[in-house]
Amino acid sequence: MLLTKEQALARSTHSVGGPNETFVLNLGPQHPATHGVLRVKLTMDGEFIQRAEPVCGYIHRMHEKMGENRNYTQFLPNTSRLDYLSAMQYTHAWVGVVEKACKIEVPERAEYIRVITSELNRIASHLVGWGAWVMDLGGFTPILYAFDDREKILDLMEHICGARLTFCYYRFGGVANDVDDVFVQGTKDFVPYMRERMKMYKKLVTENIILRKRIEGIGMISQDMCRRYGACGPVLRGSGINYDVRRAEPYSIYKRFDYEIPVYHECDSMARYLVRMDEIEQSLRIIEQAIAAMPEGPFVAPKVPKIVKVPAGDYTYATEAARGRFMIRLVSDGSDTPYRVKLRTPCLANLSLFEESSAGMLLPDALAFMGSLDLVIPDIDR
Amino acid sequence: MSHLLEILGQEPYWSFVRIGLFLVGVASFVGANAAYLVWCERKIAAYVQRRPGPMEVGPQGLLQPIADAFKLFAKQVLVPPGADALLFRLAPVLIMTAAMLSFVAIPYGAALSPTSIDLGLLAVFAFASINVMALMLGAWASRNKFAIISAARVVSQNIAYEIPMLLTIVTIVLMSGTMNLGEIVTKQGGWIWHWNIFQWQHNPLVVLSFLTFFICMLAETNRAPFDMAESESELVAGAFTEYAGMSFGVFFMAEYANIVIGCSLATVLFLGGWNLGLGSFLASVPAWAGALIGLGAFFAKLYALIFTVIWIRWTFPRTQFYGLLNLSWKILIPVSLVTLWVTSFLLKVI
Repeated sequence: MLLTKEQALARSTHSVGGPNETFVLNLGPQHPATHGVLRVKLTMDGEFIQRAEPVCGYIHRMHEKMGENRNYTQFLPNTSRLDYLSAMQYTHAWVGVVEKACKIEVPERAEYIRVITSELNRIASHLVGWGAWVMDLGGFTPILYAFDDREKILDLMEHICGARLTFCYYRFGGVANDVDDVFVQGTKDFVPYMRERMKMYKKLVTENIILRKRIEGIGMISQDMCRRYGACGPVLRGSGINYDVRRAEPYSIYKRFDYEIPVYHECDSMARYLVRMDEIEQSLRIIEQAIAAMPEGPFVAPKVPKIVKVPAGDYTYATEAARGRFMIRLVSDGSDTPYRVKLRTPCLANLSLFEESSAGMLLPDALAFMGSLDLVIPDIDR
Repeated sequence: MSHLLEILGQEPYWSFVRIGLFLVGVASFVGANAAYLVWCERKIAAYVQRRPGPMEVGPQGLLQPIADAFKLFAKQVLVPPGADALLFRLAPVLIMTAAMLSFVAIPYGAALSPTSIDLGLLAVFAFASINVMALMLGAWASRNKFAIISAARVVSQNIAYEIPMLLTIVTIVLMSGTMNLGEIVTKQGGWIWHWNIFQWQHNPLVVLSFLTFFICMLAETNRAPFDMAESESELVAGAFTEYAGMSFGVFFMAEYANIVIGCSLATVLFLGGWNLGLGSFLASVPAWAGALIGLGAFFAKLYALIFTVIWIRWTFPRTQFYGLLNLSWKILIPVSLVTLWVTSFLLKVI
């Protein structure tokens, strides 16, 4: 039976092609490249992306609201569950803001321990980000090598605080318990080991022609775009803006160490890749100096009350987490629970520029670009 | 029919029996080989990634493929709503049939060839092209957006890599003067420098031809770094997204069968097939020993190439889709064309 054109159109499951035909592709919330429950609604023209609309909220846990109905100590573990890959810097921001508000003096030794653990955490986080990104690009092996190295860091962390991922090690006025010789020696051994591994990664992955073709010149983010969206961390430094909270608004004792802030001006995914790789090296430098200079002494300030009461006021504290500037704004009414906690997370800012940058990209390039942002989904939704 | 009777009436009327036997052999070989290549791949991947790999089922996980097969058989083959049920079910059959038929033309040893086809090389490539069609049909019929993107990739990828591949084949046919795979191997008999890959006097760029063939073979079998059809981190599972159970298993087996065919062809065309490359050594031993040694040589070369294929997969990231097109059109096609010109000049003019 021959169909008329109208009948054929009515029967066809696909719309009949016109030159401007597009289709909607739901990338996520369950998709291998979004590493979590991020959903990106793509309007596709063939394999070209016309519009990529990130849809957040699939893992929203109301951390900010939770901050308003539990006391200061109780909220501390929450902060390690935002960006679970860099929990140390996140808890650092929370203890930092409370210490700043209550004017608690942190002992020297605790500051050194904080710097060492934060930088170890940064290395672990960059290793996961790197491995997962190369896996998005189709290379499966690097993530297992990265996890192998990260395992060494996690073992050290487990030794001092018992946790392997959502570390809750910092306390108001110091850290939960002192580090011992096993940790110190393990960290000392880790630094040269990691330097050797970085050489191998450079040869095996960074200089690989396929990888370079995949990410060089892909996902350009101009400085103007960075400013408009409030991009931060390696994304910002890959676009040639020299901004690192550890330098710009020094906290803890970062002023004492000799290290560089890696900045690349290419603005592409490769620049962000190289920033992260260089940051691992710089973190190793900081750890080396801190371990050598760590003084003896108390690891927590004496006389920190069990129930902390923060004087009424408006306080902010920012740390440089692995993915960028993490800031906490705390408004207190003088009681033992915060009046308002605002969490400024780097991943939300970095994701927000995805829509503008990815327009007109091919799907695999867009996913390579998304990998370069190194998103952690619970950090976007909080 | 009369032709059939004519063949049956001839002296080696058992050639049909022979083909039948080989087909049964091939079917079991393809199945067992695919299952154990998966095991090998997992073990090699594990070795590359410094982990033990499958260890639970059987010693060293040797029974893992059997457990996997049971799992796949036990699963229901779902046809997604809105899919073209006939094409959806037909695609795995089509891909597997083509892969198995290709084995008929491949010579495993001097006396171990299912059948001697004068256009054997052409036959293998004709069957190999069905691979792409089956993938496209399966992807298209499953009515999934990821699969359709994959189908579009498969087709344009196919055009890009088949041209340099066939140009390389033409070069080898020029050097050998035949398309009969058995004869191509026989001509490479003698010493190791008689193998095609060392035939510099006929084709000074023969190593490049081999590399071109190998790269195109990787693309043909949808292996990393050219696995754009599957690209599990972008398209979920690409063409196979909607396939479950044994219909996916058949695709999987066909992929490994195609790797074996591709590597067998590389062995036959460039590496002397069953030849040991030790002069008249094979002729000096008893015929049965010679056949066995030849078979061993063939499989040693074959599995060395397969190992390389697996090794590449676990080392490199995936290329971008236009990366393969650029590689094909800008490098491989010019290189294979130049090789063809040089070879034909050397062979026919001088």
